[in-house]
Amino acid sequence: MKALILVGGFGTRLRPLTLSLPKPLVEFGNRPMIAHQIEALAQAGVTDIVLAVNYRPEVMTAALKKYEEQYNVKIEFSVETEPLGTAGPLKLAEKILGRGDEPFFVLNSDVICEYPFQQLAEFHKQHGQEGTIVVTKVEEPSKYGVIVHKPDHPSRIDRFVEKPVEFVGNRINAGIYILNPSVLSRIELRPTSIEQETFPAMVTDGELHSFDLDGFWMDVGQPKDFLSGTCLYLSSLAKKNSKALASTSESWVHGGNVMVDESAKIGKNCKIGPNVVIGPNVVIGDGVRLQRCVLLQGSKVKEHAWVKSTIVGWNSTIGRWARMENVSVLGDDVTIGDEVYCNGASVLPHKSIKQNVDVPAIIM
Amino acid sequence: MASLQVPVRGKAGGLPTTKAVILVGGPSRGTRFRPLSLDLPKPLFEVAGHPIISHCFAAITKLPEIREVFIVGYYDESVFRDFIKDCGRTHSNISVRYLREYQALGTAGGLYHFRDAILKGRPDRFFVLNADVCCSFPLEQMQQLFDANDAEAVILGTRVPNDSATNFGCIVSDPQSKRVLHYVEKPESFISNLINCGVYLFATEAIFPSIKSAMTRRSERPRLVSYPSSDALDRQYVPQGDDDDQKTEAIRLEHDILSDLADTSRFYVLETKDFWRQIKTAGSAVPANALYLMKAFQTQSKELAKPSATILPPVFIHPTAQVDPTAKLGPNVSIGPRAVIGAGARIKESIVLEDAEIRHDACVLYSIIGWSSRVGAWARVEGTPTPVREHSTSIVKNGVKVQSITILGKECSVADEVRVQNCVCLPFKELKRDVQNEVIM
Repeated sequence: MKALILVGGFGTRLRPLTLSLPKPLVEFGNRPMIAHQIEALAQAGVTDIVLAVNYRPEVMTAALKKYEEQYNVKIEFSVETEPLGTAGPLKLAEKILGRGDEPFFVLNSDVICEYPFQQLAEFHKQHGQEGTIVVTKVEEPSKYGVIVHKPDHPSRIDRFVEKPVEFVGNRINAGIYILNPSVLSRIELRPTSIEQETFPAMVTDGELHSFDLDGFWMDVGQPKDFLSGTCLYLSSLAKKNSKALASTSESWVHGGNVMVDESAKIGKNCKIGPNVVIGPNVVIGDGVRLQRCVLLQGSKVKEHAWVKSTIVGWNSTIGRWARMENVSVLGDDVTIGDEVYCNGASVLPHKSIKQNVDVPAIIM
Repeated sequence: MASLQVPVRGKAGGLPTTKAVILVGGPSRGTRFRPLSLDLPKPLFEVAGHPIISHCFAAITKLPEIREVFIVGYYDESVFRDFIKDCGRTHSNISVRYLREYQALGTAGGLYHFRDAILKGRPDRFFVLNADVCCSFPLEQMQQLFDANDAEAVILGTRVPNDSATNFGCIVSDPQSKRVLHYVEKPESFISNLINCGVYLFATEAIFPSIKSAMTRRSERPRLVSYPSSDALDRQYVPQGDDDDQKTEAIRLEHDILSDLADTSRFYVLETKDFWRQIKTAGSAVPANALYLMKAFQTQSKELAKPSATILPPVFIHPTAQVDPTAKLGPNVSIGPRAVIGAGARIKESIVLEDAEIRHDACVLYSIIGWSSRVGAWARVEGTPTPVREHSTSIVKNGVKVQSITILGKECSVADEVRVQNCVCLPFKELKRDVQNEVIM
């Protein structure tokens, strides 16, 4: 089977992290986001993966070569010379996706969940229509486009309602699809939206079904959601008693959901958790308090610091008795001085912060 | 050196005799020192390990000829009992007495009221120190200036930034002779950036007649008349924070006497280049603490904690306090009796009072932690540093004036991991959530 991952542009919403690394390579739960997706696709029998990008950094090429070998898949770039929206890239990759008559997967690279590709493919083949959209239930459907089913059918989609003011349902498009190659003929090679143009046309023809997603779902395209998504991901690992999490019997683990790379060093008298990811070669000093945060590779949290709701970029350092909170995001190689307080500071790479950031701010 | 013989003026031969008066004010004056003054009279509040008043007393004891010190104020008699007892223990050759005003008489009115006590033994001159100033008290230099010019009064002055000068008593002096030419208390417009430090040396012969004539003038002609503009009239009716004891009969040195002295007497100013601060608001205890600690450090006081990797000098730790060796303290930190500082705690530019506890990994910056208060693990209690030359302890944040120093009153508690910034917390409050820029009742 084949799959297309919609990567798109520079990932500006996830800056300052994406100033240093392309978004698909930013580690989520200590693995590049795209690795989660490639692994799940490979497990479902996908052999050909197309990455729809509008730029192709060298660092991506090298990383993906590794995954090709690791998961025994073929990964190709489909480079847009101009942004083609969410449907255009499918047309651009028609040569690959349209080869044969097997359906192909499409997924948004920002979406994190327990990818149900196998069951999705089975369900799709069962109903026999052109497309299936994975849907997830949300608490506040008014912020999204909601899917409404045909009255007489549990999965066939009747219509989409964009940001409904009145409750019409709580299932929204999760950004993961399986489509027959015939769908490609519905798309023109121009900037076009799969959600706004292609799917409504398929709905009119009764050719689009929905598939309910189990478990968590999150679009982790921006820092706030990246942290929320991390919590959901860690919780789902905890539910499965995953070995990837630190044992709650460790004295320093507090409230569980703590993932620590084996190369990381943790000081004495720390209190860590819940919902913490500690990357490779991270060094945590004595008496550090961490909760709801992600520490990327090579970062360092010095003694007695207090860190909450923060993404600490690669090789960054947090000073002694510093306090970080409220979705602070440090780019690569940032230094936070001793005793400094950061409230929602978004700090660009290679900066050194010596004074408090009392209110959320971008530090250029 | 000094003898019991009845002295004559120094210039006539023999050494002049000198006394000292410390003006402490009264409980109603302490409102700006809240919430700390709710539990302790301001003069007894400890900065750099000693009550504010004892820094004045220590300066006086440096002058061997002073054998008699009066504390003048309208606090209850009992307030200074222990302090006076302590003075007697450390300086048995100096008599210290508390003279209680039963109503606020004003700084000059109080002196006049107790003139018999002050004049007993016919001293030639006496120092007057306001207890609420923090400075190096260069009393000996004031004496030298006094002697050199056969002065009738010497005032200690300091330079402040021009924009804050009008908040103080302003002195215009002859740059060569140092003679005071003109004095105005809190002028409306800029006159001089040389201001009154609240420390004086008066010839007994000159000051009491001057107060007497001010009192006569007052009874004949109420002071309001002397304010020419209607703006000033308005101001007269607005009770000001530091004027809360103002009564029509109160005669004050700053308002009623100094201006006349400038016109009529041999009145000189000693300009100090050393530190000087007022201790008005509770927050101003933090810079005062820093300045006194710095002074102690420069004079290599044995009282201070020895500098080390975890002690950034100057730091005062009371011998009965328990400080974990992994805690990092300083600069400018005072730790009171029986206070407990946990492992990995950080304290900087702060005062931790008696019986307070700072738990492990907590961080206390630019704050005062009240008696028996408790700061939880990984909590952060934080004020904002004010510029060294700044004489105010409030800052403007997001357009709102807030206290720059965070103050926890007596027996407050800050829960683990909670952050408190730029807050004043009245006694017996528990802070369980993050707070900033608030007064917590």
